[in-house]
Amino acid sequence: MSTPPGCTAFLEAVGLVAPGMPVWEQARELLSGRRSPQVPLAFAPPQPQLLPPNERRRAPLSVLTALQAAEDAMARTAVAVATAPSVFASSDAEMAIVHRISSALAEPARIVSPTDFHNSVHNAASGYFGIAARATQPVTTLSAFDGSFAAGLRESFALLADGEPAVLLVLYDVPPPVPLYEKRPIETACGIALMLTASAIPTSVARLSLHEASDESVLAEAAIETLRRGNPAARALPVLAAVARGGEQLIGVRTENGSLLGVRVSCL
Amino acid sequence: MRPLTVSAWTATSALGRGREAHARALTGERSGLAPERFETCTLDCFVGEVDGLGEPLAAALAPWDCRNNRLALVGLNQDGFVAAVARARERYGAARIGVFLGTSTSGIQQAELAYRERDRIANRLPAQFDHGLTSCTYSIAGFVRTALGLEGMSAAISTACSSSAKVFASARRAMAAGFCDAAVVGGVDSLCLTTLYGFNALQLVAREACRPADVARNGISIGEAAGFALLERGDGELALLGDGESSDAYHMSAPEPNGRGAAESMRAALARAGLTGSDVDYVNLHGTATPANDAAEDKAVSAVLGTAVPASSTKGWTGHTLGAAGILEAVISLLCVQHGFLPRSLNTRNVDPALRANVLRESRSASVNRVMSNSFGFGGSNCSLILGRP
Repeated sequence: MSTPPGCTAFLEAVGLVAPGMPVWEQARELLSGRRSPQVPLAFAPPQPQLLPPNERRRAPLSVLTALQAAEDAMARTAVAVATAPSVFASSDAEMAIVHRISSALAEPARIVSPTDFHNSVHNAASGYFGIAARATQPVTTLSAFDGSFAAGLRESFALLADGEPAVLLVLYDVPPPVPLYEKRPIETACGIALMLTASAIPTSVARLSLHEASDESVLAEAAIETLRRGNPAARALPVLAAVARGGEQLIGVRTENGSLLGVRVSCL
Repeated sequence: MRPLTVSAWTATSALGRGREAHARALTGERSGLAPERFETCTLDCFVGEVDGLGEPLAAALAPWDCRNNRLALVGLNQDGFVAAVARARERYGAARIGVFLGTSTSGIQQAELAYRERDRIANRLPAQFDHGLTSCTYSIAGFVRTALGLEGMSAAISTACSSSAKVFASARRAMAAGFCDAAVVGGVDSLCLTTLYGFNALQLVAREACRPADVARNGISIGEAAGFALLERGDGELALLGDGESSDAYHMSAPEPNGRGAAESMRAALARAGLTGSDVDYVNLHGTATPANDAAEDKAVSAVLGTAVPASSTKGWTGHTLGAAGILEAVISLLCVQHGFLPRSLNTRNVDPALRANVLRESRSASVNRVMSNSFGFGGSNCSLILGRP
């Protein structure tokens, strides 16, 4: 796929929740190679403070994961999140709800939980985020299977090119329950949030530009590479690793149609 | 914005296959809603079902087989749409045409069927069930890209009932940023037990055919549809003139009662089109026929466009086609422009006296150059489109 050279954005803040990496500071240590991960990578269920306690107890894991990543990015961004449009990219959102509703529909009584149904929409996480962060700007919620990171990145860059000063990109996917897991083996939960701006600002950490690429980037550390392969959101980790290491690097990201999108990361 | 030409466009719904069938039904007073007899559903309600989807997908498309993709293929095969995309492919190259498809449930019926047929002892789903190609949200975008022989970017946009309106905005931005030179936009949503029993659990389904704007309105009638449009730069007869989006940030499954978010998306669409409210000849309302939606939307329409502009929901004709509502109603809007008519708010017996907008009680001929089409979804996701003559 051809991409326009010079399509550029600036990364201003990163948020993350993933196995072994509960927040970006710890992820940066692992992704830069300065520290080795403790395997197996442990995942603590996210508890985003953005949600009121009663909603936090009931919210699906996909919503908690997305909001935790967004909250982690909000902790260090200088951008007013409520005034920025956002892009939420997830291959499968909440398959535990697909499991529960499909199970209920396979029984004679067919009793579907109304809460499950209103949480079943692909944009549940972005909906909860908007309410919690009072974000009334537009949000695009999309799916592009294993290419969801690339698709989310394109949509974010296009919003910036359209005149938006800043865009919050949130990537998230969580494991489906058995028996769906066998059909869609997303192995662990992962949420990543990137605050992107159209121009460099004092808090910018890296310049990102889109190019062609000839190879898909992988991660040296085996446990983190397994994570990258096992969750569509984690396909962003090589970009974050380049940010963590500093310097400049071209990262190849597999898109939804099998081609490669090159993301040149130039740390500031 | 510079208008984007809509160089090919089509829809398939309970009203029929293709534009002509829709124009005939709307001018001939024939609704697509009928008492529900879908699959094994036993709910007492009306639905807008598309007939003739019993034939499995064949040959190279067989792995994608599910009701949603069957409906997509029927939809693609109307109004010369496939041929128009083939010409665009020659002009721009297969890698330079993007695919932006809206859906709420994609091929989720395939997961429902798999769970009914699962091995309950081993807790395994049938071997032939393929989540990625059928029940995954992305399936519809991957399927349409494959069926049209395209090799460019593709994404499924899933913001519930605004999905296939928001594809126009996403495609416009991708073209402006240079990610593609033309775009296939649209949406497909098909009947499934998840939405029928799910909306029923939320007590949002009417027993009778839905009655938008009626004082006694009491819920939606669910429908299904596939619709597509080809967007290109340059001049043409019909165009996307503006798009606007907003978020309610209010409630997951209820609209902000004052219509604040709806008004924001409508104002954003006018601003992007460089138009004012008086330039709009007709509003195709989201008009789901739930008490809350129609009241909130009415406040937004009255505030932004005034109370004179003719307005109607066409969901009494087609049902609420959820993730396909945006494109279906965009196509109906373009038909209004092309044929010079305004469809009435079907099944509306007594307009709610609390509503201030000019709800069309009778269909009529009119000169229509610009239509605003509203689409609002769960999660407070709003989108307004302005379509018509550039």
